[in-house]
Amino acid sequence: MQYSNAYTFRFAAMVTIVCSVLLAGAATILKPRQEENKILDKKKNVLASVGIKPEEGQSFSRDDIIDLYKERIKEIVIDRDGNIVEGKKPVDLDPRADTDLLPLYENIEDGQIISYIIPVSGKGLWSTIYGYLALDADGQTVRGITFYSHGETPGLGGEIEKDWFTSNFVGKKITDESGTIVSIEVIKGKVNSDDPQAIHKVDGISGATITAKGVEIFIKRDLITYEPFLRQVMQAEGGIDG
Amino acid sequence: MAEVTQTNVQIQPREKLFSKKNLRTLREPLSDNNPISFQVLGICSALATTVQMRTALVMSLAVVFVLTMSNVTVSLLRNKIPSKIRIIVELAVVASLVILVDQVLKAYLYDISKQLSVFVGLIITNCIILGRAEAFALQNKPWPSFLDGLGNALGYGWILMVIAFGREVLGSGSFMGFPVIPQFLYNMGYENMGLMVLAPGAFILLGLLIWAQRSITKTVHE
Repeated sequence: MQYSNAYTFRFAAMVTIVCSVLLAGAATILKPRQEENKILDKKKNVLASVGIKPEEGQSFSRDDIIDLYKERIKEIVIDRDGNIVEGKKPVDLDPRADTDLLPLYENIEDGQIISYIIPVSGKGLWSTIYGYLALDADGQTVRGITFYSHGETPGLGGEIEKDWFTSNFVGKKITDESGTIVSIEVIKGKVNSDDPQAIHKVDGISGATITAKGVEIFIKRDLITYEPFLRQVMQAEGGIDG
Repeated sequence: MAEVTQTNVQIQPREKLFSKKNLRTLREPLSDNNPISFQVLGICSALATTVQMRTALVMSLAVVFVLTMSNVTVSLLRNKIPSKIRIIVELAVVASLVILVDQVLKAYLYDISKQLSVFVGLIITNCIILGRAEAFALQNKPWPSFLDGLGNALGYGWILMVIAFGREVLGSGSFMGFPVIPQFLYNMGYENMGLMVLAPGAFILLGLLIWAQRSITKTVHE
């Protein structure tokens, strides 16, 4: 069957319009729920970074996450000198306007701060990776880390979100004896436990060197951004409650 | 549209809804002409989404939806689509359906949609879907096209589920996320087979499955 060119163009235009209206409609209707899911997923990951996770094979319900988050996590904002800014919450921050303010999360248990959670993000190989790094109350020891959003290759760079990789970070030190931030190095292969620097190193992912380097670089960069605050925490350690 | 409904009305007295021919259209892709094990299409997603049964199930359902809907849509439009641009029109139909599925998953099954990551989007490039639109839906009426789409999608789906079952039970010791290997076996030294979680595990299972299936059906790919 031969159709005129005019018909072909009309037909193509119709298909385009119908498809775009359909998709635009669906995207608009579903957007609120998708946004809610994203926020919930962030909260879930903040909790997971301090080790509050469902048991294996189980999962938290929406309400579980909201309740646990309310109970255990306090959202605060600090400035670049490490001082707490009262009356602000991380959601109020506009990343472009408030460049001198930083979001921070505190993990509270029995009225005590047991952990500080820092959002970390930066480039991997294909994408921007987002995650949360939790430090113990001493400001030096890693309590946990999670990566919740990335576009790395599944099975290679995508392994950063898996437990086997993130659990390597637990217990590692981000500072040397003098309290200077040295961050954590993601090495090739496995960490040799005889290495005196092993406390600052984690196992790498084979086939994902660039993703791992990216993770290493942005964790260090973000830790340095929070250094004034972490110094205050380290100085207060053993003293009055933070 | 009026024309299409007319032809529909005309055929019904002539051909029964579940005539032998229509049933064969539905049944053939389940076994003798299975898109994965016989035509060896759609392997990429079959490897990637079968680590767990839950993701495999959602992936299969997504393909069932996309394939039946795209077949029906293309079939309804088959006398209107200018042949010069038919491939791009088919792609536009498939892509719209896939994006729709992806959006719905993000809204209602966020965790699973995160695990499936790019593979829902990649349904667009799944050869099975464009292949059925080109090879079947363009020449056939909507109802047989629907059955053909359903048959092929289920043929794809059951293979996925069988592989996912093997990989999850052997690789993670669980079934649909629930642990099934009793603890005393682990105590006796049993270990989950790490190979099954990786892509080679899927290749091995798929190879065994194709072998088993072809020995039973006696079909040989020439």
